Amino acid sequence: MATLQTQISPASESFRANAERMRELVADIAEKAAGIERGGSDEARERHQGRGKLLPRERLAQLLDTGSPFLEVGQFAAWSMYGEDIPAAGIITGIGRVEGTEVMVVVNDATVKGGTYYPLTVKKHLRAQEIALQNNLPCVYLVDSGGANLPNQDEVFPDREHFGRIFYNQANMSAAGIPQIACVMGSCTAGGAYVPAMSDETIMVRNQATIFLGGPPLVKAATGEDVSAEELGGADVHTRLSGVADHYAMDDEHALAICRRIIKNLNRNKAISLNLQKPVPPLHDPHELYGIVPTDLRQPYDVREVIARLVDGSEFDEFKQNYGTTLVTGFGHLHGMPVGILGNNGVLFSESALKGTHFIELCCQRGIPLIFLQNITGFMVGRKYEAGGIAKDGAKLVMAVATARVPKLTVIIGGSFGAGNYGMCGRAYSPRFLWMWPNARISVMGGEQAATVLAMVKREGIERKGGQWSAEEETKFRKPILMKYEHEGHPLYSSARLWDDGIIDPAKTREVLALSLSAALNAGIEETKFGVFRM
Amino acid sequence: MFGKILIANRGEIACRVIRTTRKLGVRTVAVYSDADARALHVEMADEAVHIGASPVGESYLRGDRLIAAALATGAQAIHPGYGFLSENPDFVDQVMAAGLVFIGPSAASIRAMGLKDAAKRLMEKAGVPVVPGYHGEAQEIVLLASKAREIGYPVLIKARAGGGGKGMRRVDHPGDFSEALSGARREAKAAFGDDRVLVEKYVDKPRHIEVQVFGDNFGSAVHLYERDCSAQRRHQKVIEEAPAPGMTPALRKAMTEAAVKAAKAISYSGAGTIEFIVDASAGLKADRFWFMEMNTRLQVEHPVTEMVTGVDLVEWQLRVASGERLPKTQGEIVLAGHAFEARLYAEDASKGFLPATGTLHHLKFPDAPPEGTAIRVETGVRAGDAISPFYDPMIAKLVVHAEHRTAALAALRDALGRTEVAGSIVNTAFLAALAADVDFAAGDVDTGLIGRHQDALVAVAAPSDEAIAAAALAATDAGAPGPAADPWSSLVGYAHFHTLSRRTRLRYGEENILASVSARPDGRFQVALEAPHDAINSHDLRNLPRTARWPGHVTVFEGAVGYTFAVPDPLAKADEAAAASGSLRAPMPGLVKLVRAAAGDTVIKGQPLLILEAMKMEHTIAAPHDGVIAEIAAEGAQVSDGTVLVRFAEDGQV
Repeated sequence: MATLQTQISPASESFRANAERMRELVADIAEKAAGIERGGSDEARERHQGRGKLLPRERLAQLLDTGSPFLEVGQFAAWSMYGEDIPAAGIITGIGRVEGTEVMVVVNDATVKGGTYYPLTVKKHLRAQEIALQNNLPCVYLVDSGGANLPNQDEVFPDREHFGRIFYNQANMSAAGIPQIACVMGSCTAGGAYVPAMSDETIMVRNQATIFLGGPPLVKAATGEDVSAEELGGADVHTRLSGVADHYAMDDEHALAICRRIIKNLNRNKAISLNLQKPVPPLHDPHELYGIVPTDLRQPYDVREVIARLVDGSEFDEFKQNYGTTLVTGFGHLHGMPVGILGNNGVLFSESALKGTHFIELCCQRGIPLIFLQNITGFMVGRKYEAGGIAKDGAKLVMAVATARVPKLTVIIGGSFGAGNYGMCGRAYSPRFLWMWPNARISVMGGEQAATVLAMVKREGIERKGGQWSAEEETKFRKPILMKYEHEGHPLYSSARLWDDGIIDPAKTREVLALSLSAALNAGIEETKFGVFRM
Repeated sequence: MFGKILIANRGEIACRVIRTTRKLGVRTVAVYSDADARALHVEMADEAVHIGASPVGESYLRGDRLIAAALATGAQAIHPGYGFLSENPDFVDQVMAAGLVFIGPSAASIRAMGLKDAAKRLMEKAGVPVVPGYHGEAQEIVLLASKAREIGYPVLIKARAGGGGKGMRRVDHPGDFSEALSGARREAKAAFGDDRVLVEKYVDKPRHIEVQVFGDNFGSAVHLYERDCSAQRRHQKVIEEAPAPGMTPALRKAMTEAAVKAAKAISYSGAGTIEFIVDASAGLKADRFWFMEMNTRLQVEHPVTEMVTGVDLVEWQLRVASGERLPKTQGEIVLAGHAFEARLYAEDASKGFLPATGTLHHLKFPDAPPEGTAIRVETGVRAGDAISPFYDPMIAKLVVHAEHRTAALAALRDALGRTEVAGSIVNTAFLAALAADVDFAAGDVDTGLIGRHQDALVAVAAPSDEAIAAAALAATDAGAPGPAADPWSSLVGYAHFHTLSRRTRLRYGEENILASVSARPDGRFQVALEAPHDAINSHDLRNLPRTARWPGHVTVFEGAVGYTFAVPDPLAKADEAAAASGSLRAPMPGLVKLVRAAAGDTVIKGQPLLILEAMKMEHTIAAPHDGVIAEIAAEGAQVSDGTVLVRFAEDGQV
């Protein structure tokens, strides 16, 4: 295989400035993640522990194999969205290993607003289920939630992608042979009661877990019956009388041990159909990515420098190296798994789009997973290019990306603007996972272009009415637009809304992609059937 | 040479004999009791015959069955090993009468040496020095007491038959004599069926030095130098060595000459050992040693002699028994280097050396000895074998050899430090402590050394934080190997911007320990321990001690010390869960046919409480846990399903 050479010089001024800036960005994200990791307020956590319960991340650790990676999804969900702190949207989701099997874990955090479901909580729960469904991962729900967040009921309850979809997904995943396991460790009221009830196997913790459609106050109001929560829907009632739950646990630790035993007995086998190699680390140090990526998105750099720090042995066999050079395509291995990589090296031309389409066809034909490294301002514009059919060539790329059935993974390593986002497998194209670097930006177009377009429209309007618009006024007009795009294009803004699956440390991209891809291989690789390519 | 022999023994000595027979092309027949059906010696032998139940009286001491087995399998000779029937002259007679060869001395030789006082008289006659003492037939207490006064206190009362420290008492004052005498008699009676005793001078700072002798059927006898077995606890040998430290040419000459003289006096044939007591209070002097007894068999500690002489004593036994002459003359037997043997036992040194049992879930002996040294491990067990209460709880003998005593002792310490046993309590740490004892290392040994230093020798330090950390890692299966190529196995502990720590509980003795294990970004683990212990960071984890995981436990090996931690299983809480329900309910409608307990009764788990007849079947309702019954259904009552049949009192309150 061809080994990628590096052109960088770590001693250079720009390298050091880039590295310094990236360190700051990563440190900022890490600091925010540390706050999210704590969960709810000190008071709420103490109250939780006072009941003999483990904290959500302690439960998670106790469930997973010691030393298991945890590929958290939606870590920054609901970040700065509801006018108050809802860390991780009150629900921790991600993939971890239990008894050697990769499972999707969904953990309610009762220390955050009683574990109630905000709109983003629902969206995150559904995203976790979507990942489980696409990648054939058993689901474990560690339930401790007060149900729907009542003040937000209109954004939580009625729509297709709202609360009810959780149970729809459970039913359909169970039907597809994807195990659904619930471990009830706290409240599980009303609609929430269907999480354990819809599960294949359910555990309840005595004196902590309750499952009922209507709680004691509702019962009292409806029928006048006086009943305690434990008598109404405690572990004893449900494991001995109702059969709503299957396993009676003495405490969290016991419940999680039972849960691990259930996973152990699932009889699952991860059969990988790829031609695997022995993994070797990249030749070039991934930490050098800090110094390679320019702080200014408009400054171009060679995506091969990134690829050289992701793939095994920095070995990368390029396809059509001399054609459509603004898109780099080629084959390599990620932790021993064969992958096809597409990375942007500038704006997309017709040739680049055709090359990308051809390459995706190759990978689908051969069953090779795809990795998209997005750093894209869009497709080339101009009379020559429109006349050359860039729209139909772009459409070919979008067609290939949309219908490719091999696992697709996307990392936004720089800009993600306009139709470039589509051609490079943005969120709408259902990559199995989509990760973002802290320096990335995502919006319909760059802030500068948007401000320019809007200013031109404004100037035309003013001048049509015979008015005058000074350069000073234009600058004043542009400023809030630039600020809005900067704010809304920021990775935290994106991650808070689950436009991506999380922000990652660029130096850890190889690890994240390897875990993502390996998790994706729990599902067999399907055959691709492309649609009609406009010729 | 024989074509096939039967080995009338078990364990390491049976395995030891088989190794030599293989070398000589002799086929072997092993014998086994119920408990030994899958033992190593059975596996190693060419054939094996079951000879009875586990107790020795029903198997390994059944001479008739052994002889029958030999005849049935066509064995020509019987090797008795040591212990069991090895020094039983009646058995030798029976073997001969059956037309078989006994691989050992004649019945007459055994008888001559079997009774200690008779043996001593015989030796005195042959000109071998014996300890001043009374070896007479008369056993009246008054006579024995007066003889003791004649000999001079302190004196030693010993059983006339047997050995191994049974029926032996030291008496310092005349006033204690009668009590000590009755104690010695009781033990002698119990151990040997013979309560006759002898009284001897008690030697101050005594050393136990024995000479290996070998005779053939042509009247020749040679010695193979001495062994020092002074490191004893309550007359049980612990570490033996050859040659004896501080041995002088004059004393060696005197002792070996006396030993050969002794062997020749009884026309001894085969391997034997002349035990001497040596007064070391003024150094080793050629006139300060006395005959104690002769062991007419191969000794447990024979390998140290083999290590320093290069002679295979079992091979000599077979050759001599098959009628060959001694393979070497005295002049050809050369002493080279120094050897130690340590006896690894399943026993609890800290609890008065209480014999232990258990399954040896993990067993690892050192293989590569330090440069310039040799090691030999004699064992009859493998990992997974059990130490049963039926037999001697010896697990192995570690035998090392080097050019000098210092190097050999270092090799012994090294071997003990690399020996790993989990599943039973073992004496490795005690052996290592003895091997490191300053007086022992200096060769300043006597039979009282272990007794004087016992507290220090059996003391075990608390496990270090590193040991606890290693136990925590093993208990959580941290780093348990998966398919290594998969990043989910190899990218240990990856998470975006944080780490997860997994808690684990351990119990060491009475102490409950809570440890948190987390993976660091470098893929190594970090263990945080509850106070008063320290967090162990990954840097230290690189040199963590070795561990062995076995059901419900982890054993950590720090040097020769094995620390065993219990690992509570959270799933065991299910039993608690059953107990917590506090009552037993009828699983189906039926008739209470019979009630076998009453309110107020204390019952144990599994005890039948009542019989419920339902669907024409009788169902026994048993106690799910220990407890006190508060209420129980009445006999003859018709019950529906879910009816409480038995209610348990909470916390023993009725």
